[in-house]
Amino acid sequence: MMAILKVINAFFVRALQTALIALRALRRNKLRSSLTALGIIIGVASVVAMVAAGNGAQAKIASRISALGQNLLLVFAGSSHSGGVYSGLGSASSLTLADAAAIRREVADMVSTSSEDSTTAQVIANGRNWSTTVMGESPDYLRIRDWKPASGYMFTKRDLMRAGKVAVIGSKTASELFGPLDPVGQNLRIKNIPFVIIGLLESKGAGMGGKNQDDCIIIPYTTAMKRLTGDKYLRSINVEISRADCMESAQGQITSLLRQRHHLSAGQENDFNIFNQKEIADTVKSVSKIITLLLGAVAGISLLVGGIGIMNIMLVSVTERTREIGIRIAVGAQPGDIRLQFLIEAVTLSFLGGLIGVLAGVSASKLVGVLAGFEAVVSTGSIVLAFGVSSAIGIFFGFYPAHKASRLNPIEALRYE
Amino acid sequence: MPVIELRDLEKTYKTGEVEVKAVRSVTLSIDSSEFVAVMGASGSGKSSLMNMLGCLDQPTAGSYLLNGVSVADLNREELADLRNKKLGFVFQSFNLLSRTSALENVELPLSYAHPVVSLRDRRKRAVEALEKVGLGERIHHYPSQLSGGQQQRVAIARALVNNPELVLADEPTGNLDTRTSIEIMGLFEELNEAGITIIMVTHELDIADYCKRSVVMRDGLVVGDTPNENRRIARQELAALIMNEQRARLA
Repeated sequence: MMAILKVINAFFVRALQTALIALRALRRNKLRSSLTALGIIIGVASVVAMVAAGNGAQAKIASRISALGQNLLLVFAGSSHSGGVYSGLGSASSLTLADAAAIRREVADMVSTSSEDSTTAQVIANGRNWSTTVMGESPDYLRIRDWKPASGYMFTKRDLMRAGKVAVIGSKTASELFGPLDPVGQNLRIKNIPFVIIGLLESKGAGMGGKNQDDCIIIPYTTAMKRLTGDKYLRSINVEISRADCMESAQGQITSLLRQRHHLSAGQENDFNIFNQKEIADTVKSVSKIITLLLGAVAGISLLVGGIGIMNIMLVSVTERTREIGIRIAVGAQPGDIRLQFLIEAVTLSFLGGLIGVLAGVSASKLVGVLAGFEAVVSTGSIVLAFGVSSAIGIFFGFYPAHKASRLNPIEALRYE
Repeated sequence: MPVIELRDLEKTYKTGEVEVKAVRSVTLSIDSSEFVAVMGASGSGKSSLMNMLGCLDQPTAGSYLLNGVSVADLNREELADLRNKKLGFVFQSFNLLSRTSALENVELPLSYAHPVVSLRDRRKRAVEALEKVGLGERIHHYPSQLSGGQQQRVAIARALVNNPELVLADEPTGNLDTRTSIEIMGLFEELNEAGITIIMVTHELDIADYCKRSVVMRDGLVVGDTPNENRRIARQELAALIMNEQRARLA
């Protein structure tokens, strides 16, 4: 027992004294040591910051997507064309209210639907005017979009039945028309038809593609069709599905239902389009994940370059101190002692570099967060990884120079000028 | 039993196609407490011989017994241990670690000793060694703050600190003036009187005269091996030198 303790003690004394020799050598070459460590600092900091920025972007995208509404199938009318001119999606007269009713009736896992008929119109209120998107919707629309009125309330089924001239207004549109005033209860003219504002929506911010979701007016789709657009057809139907894993089967059901209702024969193309919100979300999420990985990989390469920098400097250091090594070998240093001395130097450089790099990386993440306008998420995993890799790089790239030093021929080393 | 026993020792260097026999068939025996000068012109093989004696290089043929142990059978670690415990080196160019105090330079062999020497013992023994060579006042000086003679004293203290049986000196006075050379030889005399075996390479005859035995080499062979009849004693030489200087000053 005592013997073992003695051996352990001896090991620590040797390791400590070797570490002191190594640290002193590093201190003597302050500028060189700090420049070498800088390679690792930048490498580790960029790994931490890049992964944090990537994670932050992912989180932001995920929250944007969930703001669009979960488990949503968007059924658009197809595009129409007259002569060679093709209009956009939703322009064809193919989706009817009866189609919406049929989807409501026959698609399993359907929670609710919102029929939609939108147009762009000039609106006048409070002595000002503003061009905005007027969306005819069902009362369920807000629920489907996971949206709430900030004040007032959403129109009801009754308003829908009687095609009431009531409107719910987006926060951006409200501020353009009314400034800081509460718009609820005020009047508003859309294409010269008077509406009463019954609700103000909470702000939702920019949607996907940068479109401001708060610049809109929502009215019952019946009112829109009858009084504003004169359309007999819907532009789109939003269908909310109960569970994410039922999305595909629901999409299939809607497709076959609509094909049947529109009397499309087997060879004909669909006269409608169905967008699966989850698919879009998954695609965007996987893209952002790939971007995070790429950022991490690029940062990892800079870490590798930092490691090569350490090796380079250690090789220079070994050459420069050939004579010192010769003296140490002559007075009885074991090859292992010499190897350990240079290995500790390399590991110290990369370890300290890693430590400072983590701190710099965390601060850089905060900075990125401020500049890019989203919260960078510093993950413990990336810190541990970057730190571990940098220390491993110290051992890996420090080993060859250290080994080279331990193998020097003492006679030649002592003669080295 | 002799400290060193060489039988038919050879060293051949290969540089590309050319083979150079630096040492050819040296047979030599050195007893404990001897004080030997190895002499010879440059290229005579004396440095190669010293490197092998110091276990810094291995012979290509023949045998070398150090204290009865065949050096050829030892591995790198055992050779390092041998240099650490049994041998002390003194070089022409001192070979001290720069930017490292005299004390730490002397502690260096102790820091590589097995088993571990405690920090306190290291310091104590290093200070003692420095006092023995007359540098007790300058233990915290750096080599750059010391004269050549003082640096060589530090190197000798470093060679002594582990109580070696054998001190190997390679042209120890080569970089020193006459008076300092004599002082250093005086130091070697004292060590030898205390029982340490000393082998010294030199090409200066008057320095070799301080040793008890002269081995002369030429072309890798030992061509002369004689005891010094008219050995010079450093103490007397120094006294004479000082007297001469005073006389010169008075005149």
